[in-house]
Amino acid sequence: MSSTPEPIDAELISRREAIMRVTAILGGVAFVGSSALLTGCRPDAGKKTASDSTAANFSADDIAFLDELADTILPPTSTPGAKAAKTGAFMALMVRDTYYPDDQRRFRDGMQKIEDATQKAYNVSFMKATPAQRLAVLTPMDKEQWTQSQAQEDAERKKALAHLGEERKESAPGTDVGAATAVQQNTGHHPFRLIKELALLGYFTSEIGCTQAQRYAETPGRYDPCAPYKAGEKAWAGHA
Amino acid sequence: MTTDANTYDAIVVGSGISGGWAAKELTEKGLRVLVLERGQNIEHIKDYVNATKNPWDYPHRGGRTVAMEEAYPVLKRDYALNEKNLSYWASDKDSPYTEVKRFDWYRGYHVGGRSLMWGRQSYRWSDIDFEGNLKDGIAVDWPIRYADLAPWYDHVERHAGISGSHENLPQLPDGQFQPAMPLNCAEDMISQRVKKLFDGKRHIIPGRVANLTQPKPGRSQCQYRDACWLGCPYGAYFSTQSSTLPAAAKTGRLTLKPFAIVSEVLYDKDKKRATGVRVMDAVTEQMSDYSAPVIFLCASTLNSTWLLLRSATDVWPGGLGSSSGELGHNLMDHHFRVGAEGKIDGLEDKYTYGRRPNGFYIPRYRNLNGEKRPYLRGFGYQGGAGRDGWSRAVAELGVGGQFKDAMSQPGGWTIGATAFGEMLPNHANTVTIDQNRKDKWGLPVHKIDCATGENEALMRRDMANDMAELLDQAGVKDVKMYNAPCFPGMGIHEMGTARMGRDPKTSVLNSHNQVWDAPNVFVTDGSCMVSTACQNPSLTYMALTARAADFAVNELKRRNL
Repeated sequence: MSSTPEPIDAELISRREAIMRVTAILGGVAFVGSSALLTGCRPDAGKKTASDSTAANFSADDIAFLDELADTILPPTSTPGAKAAKTGAFMALMVRDTYYPDDQRRFRDGMQKIEDATQKAYNVSFMKATPAQRLAVLTPMDKEQWTQSQAQEDAERKKALAHLGEERKESAPGTDVGAATAVQQNTGHHPFRLIKELALLGYFTSEIGCTQAQRYAETPGRYDPCAPYKAGEKAWAGHA
Repeated sequence: MTTDANTYDAIVVGSGISGGWAAKELTEKGLRVLVLERGQNIEHIKDYVNATKNPWDYPHRGGRTVAMEEAYPVLKRDYALNEKNLSYWASDKDSPYTEVKRFDWYRGYHVGGRSLMWGRQSYRWSDIDFEGNLKDGIAVDWPIRYADLAPWYDHVERHAGISGSHENLPQLPDGQFQPAMPLNCAEDMISQRVKKLFDGKRHIIPGRVANLTQPKPGRSQCQYRDACWLGCPYGAYFSTQSSTLPAAAKTGRLTLKPFAIVSEVLYDKDKKRATGVRVMDAVTEQMSDYSAPVIFLCASTLNSTWLLLRSATDVWPGGLGSSSGELGHNLMDHHFRVGAEGKIDGLEDKYTYGRRPNGFYIPRYRNLNGEKRPYLRGFGYQGGAGRDGWSRAVAELGVGGQFKDAMSQPGGWTIGATAFGEMLPNHANTVTIDQNRKDKWGLPVHKIDCATGENEALMRRDMANDMAELLDQAGVKDVKMYNAPCFPGMGIHEMGTARMGRDPKTSVLNSHNQVWDAPNVFVTDGSCMVSTACQNPSLTYMALTARAADFAVNELKRRNL
């Protein structure tokens, strides 16, 4: 073979895993080999299709919608909510810059579903709905995505473990490589999972999320391996 | 063009972990040394441009964009591609390579090489490792034993600064340690429990890590920021920039030349010695020759071998060192991405402060003391425990204010560990030169053909099951195993392809890392390795380099080179 083979889909680390790695690092669990991070892979099914510009571009109205959406997931409490942390603009930027077209469309579909469900339930747009109505719309969607994601992760883990100890097959690109292929034969994730994930990432890595929702020490200067903790105290935010 | 200005006492090719040590040792012993680095300079502290940014200062919060993935078709395969230290990674487009089988190659082409981004885990090897090939009848015997390297481990540990605990374990010799970064309360609790299990043969110990816990001249102790891979403004972890380069520069005998791509070693067939190296300026693409009586190849495993493959081809068509038939063969890495994790009940009133850039280590225990598993050799674990952060929220059910406030607090304790397994040498795992394909500078690229085998596959069962068993017996709840795709190269521990040995017919280098066919050429990076053990290899490269440099200077004085 005289040129670099086109990487097959199964070889690619997905956007989802990339985000999960980031969240793992920022969330301070980088050293724990969290299985959700390592097996939460899927092929970039949409990679070879042309970029869908409508799905990738967000208007000011879209960003306002995403702000309200994120603020429903993470509303103001004793600390500011996701809208104050400009989470909507962050979500739009991430969908534009880091998602492949399939996920861009899935994310857009998710926004539309939320709008449709609000109209259906309350005969009002999501933007005009009350916070209580918005929460009532998102709660069953969250349940649905959670159930689907759990099942997907369990299936992925089982597939990966079924290949443990199997003699490594020919690993030329494009051929079966046992676990490597099996793990990543996954269908797409639930649209609300994408929305929720980006809202969480955007909020908890923002300045407000780090310094108000959590505690932040840029340079801790020391390590205490066993510090006292009282219930209700905030978490320490990550750094790099 | 060769002029006197192009003549030195020694030339070091590469400025990473091995090259930095070669530069330090050779200059401190009185030699005028030229260090050639193919990429740009990165100046200590001044050029660590992202080192003090906050998470929210990055537009994508450190993540990766589609555009980045398109620009880095190899780097994107794993964590290495990210927004925060992208400039530390070599361009896949400028420097492509050919994969006969998938091989992930993550490179640092700049002053300091991967010493800027390395994981810093630093473990000695033992005679169990150096005697392994001989006892198992695998490949060839290491030409050295632990006693040959022990004083050099002492030497490099004292200068680099390795923190760790004394454990008195034969498979993982103790060293000249600074105080260890302690286990946290959850790790300590599990460690105490594990001591009473498995006949006391499995040990959870603090990771031995090249981060200072006490200051050294010009370097402060670790500030627990856990941002090492951005470059440390405190110089608190070992890198070429923080440790070996300042020492070499202090002698006044160091010349560091960035943007200098070495294209071949020049060889005089009458004298049977190398005379120097040919260098392409990476910016102007002009060629010049540099000469020296001693040459150290420290360009990283695959690149030092690439240089040998291209050198002295008028004498040996397969390159300098190819008379053994082993040059370019026996490429190895560690295999990993397999292990287990779970949840720890209790310790709700405990937390940690500071971000420790380290975790725990479980030294190898398999196939020791007469045990015989269905595979050869063994593995160690690297892991950690901590309270979950907000990212647990992604997988948790919930939206709204209560959910947000709950996720702003630390979650329960979790613990997990990933195994790093030894990969056996195999003559069929090779790097050659792909003459049909050129890099940005018109130089032919590497062609890599490497795969793990049955021994590694069998080992992975234990790598997953053992950790699940350990956690379960230690009272950890909801234990889950994982086994993620793993391809050679992902460990970023490339080793072999110019192995040491006792016989020029079966090895490329002798016991002092001299090329058998050109005794004034020393190869001291990962390419010299005869086996991989399961410990992280960098500390051993440091010790081998310092030992070879000492030998080279003595040989030079005796006029043997």
